[in-house]
Amino acid sequence: MNRVFLFLPLAVFVVMGVYFALGLREDPSSIPSRMIDRPLPAFDLAAIAEGEPGFSNADLDGQVALVNVFGTWCPPCEIEHPMLMQISRSGRVPIYGVDWRDEPGAGAAWLARNGNPYQRVGDDPDGDLAFELGITGAPETFLIDRQGQVRFHHVGIIDETVWRDTLLPMIEALETE
Amino acid sequence: MISAFRILAILLVVLTASPAAFASPPPDEQMADPATEVRARELYRALRCVVCQSQSIDESNAALAADMRDKVRQRLLAGDSNAEVLAWVRERYGDYVLMTPPLQANTLFLWLLPFIALIGGGALLVSFVRRQAQRTGTAMDAEDEAELARLREEEGQS
Repeated sequence: MNRVFLFLPLAVFVVMGVYFALGLREDPSSIPSRMIDRPLPAFDLAAIAEGEPGFSNADLDGQVALVNVFGTWCPPCEIEHPMLMQISRSGRVPIYGVDWRDEPGAGAAWLARNGNPYQRVGDDPDGDLAFELGITGAPETFLIDRQGQVRFHHVGIIDETVWRDTLLPMIEALETE
Repeated sequence: MISAFRILAILLVVLTASPAAFASPPPDEQMADPATEVRARELYRALRCVVCQSQSIDESNAALAADMRDKVRQRLLAGDSNAEVLAWVRERYGDYVLMTPPLQANTLFLWLLPFIALIGGGALLVSFVRRQAQRTGTAMDAEDEAELARLREEEGQS
């Protein structure tokens, strides 16, 4: 009986070791999303430049789409941008943009310079919609189904791997629903 | 000499003041009503900055934390109770946004672990002490006596 107790510290160490090892593999910046399988909140955002359309729920009606939250102040968004352009050119899925916490005109100038992958872009200067969506940092992307429900929430950059292995299969599945 | 003491005294007071005093939100975020401001600060301390993660929005100067403080003030002005504000933010950012994890099924172990450790450790300690007490209490048998005599002899020789 006593001998068994001698191994207790070792057992505790092993259990903690396993948890820590698993914890190291986790991305601390990804917080479980509250948006999955919920409808997008109602929103009606102004355009980022004069004469352009804004962006509201109605624009998404009945289609599978990506909603991408970005900001011109956000370096990872700049890294992500070419991938969004590539998806946009392929025409596989429409991408909508939410310009988060930008100075007036900054978003439009940025898109004019780098290319515009978005069907429509809405301005969210005070982060009101971002707050409703539970955004923790840009870029973040939501996959929306035909009913306007959020089906997937990607925190961070969409790269080739995320697109090919995660988003594209989900989009294909949603389109046949 | 006196002025040096005075400077030391001031330094002591300043340096030992709560670090939170240095981290208070900027003055332009002050609410008009002092009582509401106290409630706002209480809520800031209860909410986690979701970009910085280990800081509350009271301590953080991240832009997102400033936004969240702004939202909290809006809700307070709209007449929400503290609990309503917390529930409203939690609805959007999940349990994670609360600095104190709520007591629920998936956090039960987290909350109970210290008590389990305390009771378990206490039980081990008590049993250990009892066993020690028993051991010292038992009389020496013949073998021990012989050993003791031998050791004493050795001691005497050296």
